[in-house]
Amino acid sequence: MPVLSLENISQEFGGLRALDAVNIDVAELAIFGIIGPNGAGKTTLFNIITGFYVPTEGSLIFQGRNVNGVATHSIARLGIARTFQNIRLFNKLSVLDNVRIGCHGVSKCGFFSSLLGLPAMLREEKQIKEEAVRLLALVGLYEKRQEYAENLAYGEQRKLEIARALALKPSLLLLDEPAAGMNTGEKAELMDLIREIRQDMKITILLVEHDMNLVMNICERIAVLDYGRKIAEGSPFEIKSDERVIQSYLGAGA
Amino acid sequence: MNILDAIISQYIDPYYLRIMILIGINIILALGINLITGVTGQLTMGHAGFMSIGAYTSAILSMQFGFSYVLALLAGAVMAALFGIIIGIPTLRLDGDYLAMVTIGAAEIIRVFFLNFEPGGKAVGLAGIPQHTTFMTVWVVALIVILFNARLLNSRIGRAFYAIRENEIAAAASAIDTTRMKILAFMVGAFLGGLGGGLYAHYMYYINPQDFGFMKSIELLNMVVLGGMGSIPGTILGACILTLAPELLRIVAEYRLLFYGALLVILMIFRPNGLLGDVRIYDLRKRWGKKEVESCQS
Repeated sequence: MPVLSLENISQEFGGLRALDAVNIDVAELAIFGIIGPNGAGKTTLFNIITGFYVPTEGSLIFQGRNVNGVATHSIARLGIARTFQNIRLFNKLSVLDNVRIGCHGVSKCGFFSSLLGLPAMLREEKQIKEEAVRLLALVGLYEKRQEYAENLAYGEQRKLEIARALALKPSLLLLDEPAAGMNTGEKAELMDLIREIRQDMKITILLVEHDMNLVMNICERIAVLDYGRKIAEGSPFEIKSDERVIQSYLGAGA
Repeated sequence: MNILDAIISQYIDPYYLRIMILIGINIILALGINLITGVTGQLTMGHAGFMSIGAYTSAILSMQFGFSYVLALLAGAVMAALFGIIIGIPTLRLDGDYLAMVTIGAAEIIRVFFLNFEPGGKAVGLAGIPQHTTFMTVWVVALIVILFNARLLNSRIGRAFYAIRENEIAAAASAIDTTRMKILAFMVGAFLGGLGGGLYAHYMYYINPQDFGFMKSIELLNMVVLGGMGSIPGTILGACILTLAPELLRIVAEYRLLFYGALLVILMIFRPNGLLGDVRIYDLRKRWGKKEVESCQS
């Protein structure tokens, strides 16, 4: 059974049809890539999956459950975490606090126990901190945990977003252009990290990326969007040789 | 506490005592604004409205219904918190300037309501409120409020507040129910507003709707902005400075307000983030040589 199914998803903004009857199934523990030219609707698709938009038509099935119209924070709680194309960190907070905020959905101490500092709350705080430290070590930002998030280098900010998303203990992780602005070395590290996340943490990964080298290297399955329509889906090998994909996106030299 | 108050009033000049009591009340009020505006990032310019609800509710309860002081204060604060929830609801759709307009409007409605409120003495105001508020009561309450504020801001709930200020979209994607959290911030902030209002009423003998006008809201907001948005030590410092400033500036007599304004302008030019806006407890701890730092907030 697929972890996530998009069934006939369409999204209209006024007169603009940003997505047109898109069908995608993401299998459990896959690394699934979505590619396509700018404006093809990739980020719109992510915004639908994470509940920022309610699709005009179609339904969204996550783990066998229809999650159409479920609020963003509830979808996150169900286990879909994401990163953003234009980085959205909590800039004026420390790196550690950014990840601790990511733990919000998997912790539960309320207002009064926080106010009174009850033992249960202190215990939970300790767990949250340990988890945050573990994740920062995983993405290699442990040494920077006391910096303001805004003072990190671009590539580090992207890694911090991944750590914050992982803090939610998701079963599906959406990465929106995770390699943008990274150099070759960082990209190689990122590929290792993505594989590690899938392997060790048992998380399915759906990613949007323009770096074809990265996509072709780590994705097992790829869907191609163009003007809101899915024009192809298949293994990297099939995609590379698909006539329409070459025409609309990859270019003749690929 | 009565004994301590007696001793204190023996040794401290009534004028200074009065200023210290007002500083304590202003700290409580400003911490409420800090929670809503400084921490959660929802601009509110109507805090005097919450303050007047607390003041009138507690004053009427203790004068006409014989409520004890503590009970009247709590009832006033709870009443203000209920209004905080009502005013917090527009925050679901509005932010920034638009929200500020709504809060100004709400505070004006509350003020005009009390201008026409028979049990509150209408425009004449309410006189003869028992003077229960003393130096000790104010500062005991203020210390409890400061302690709870610090606890809250360094907890999961407090971090969610900061997250909403920093990036609401990312906060929602991190499973934070931004709607509930914003209303909670308004509720707690209004509770502190009502508490401060009750303390104020029981100190002043006399309250009048004009005490809680727009300028009062701005004065309180100034304390937070001047001290440093989102910072507890900053807010306390801001409340101290802006309560003391008009008193200290008495030496320049009729130019007092001119100097007061100039002081604000100059401080904002040299410390645009507020006096302690970029000083965190975390930095201080580092300076004091503690190695492992828990948090960089407040």
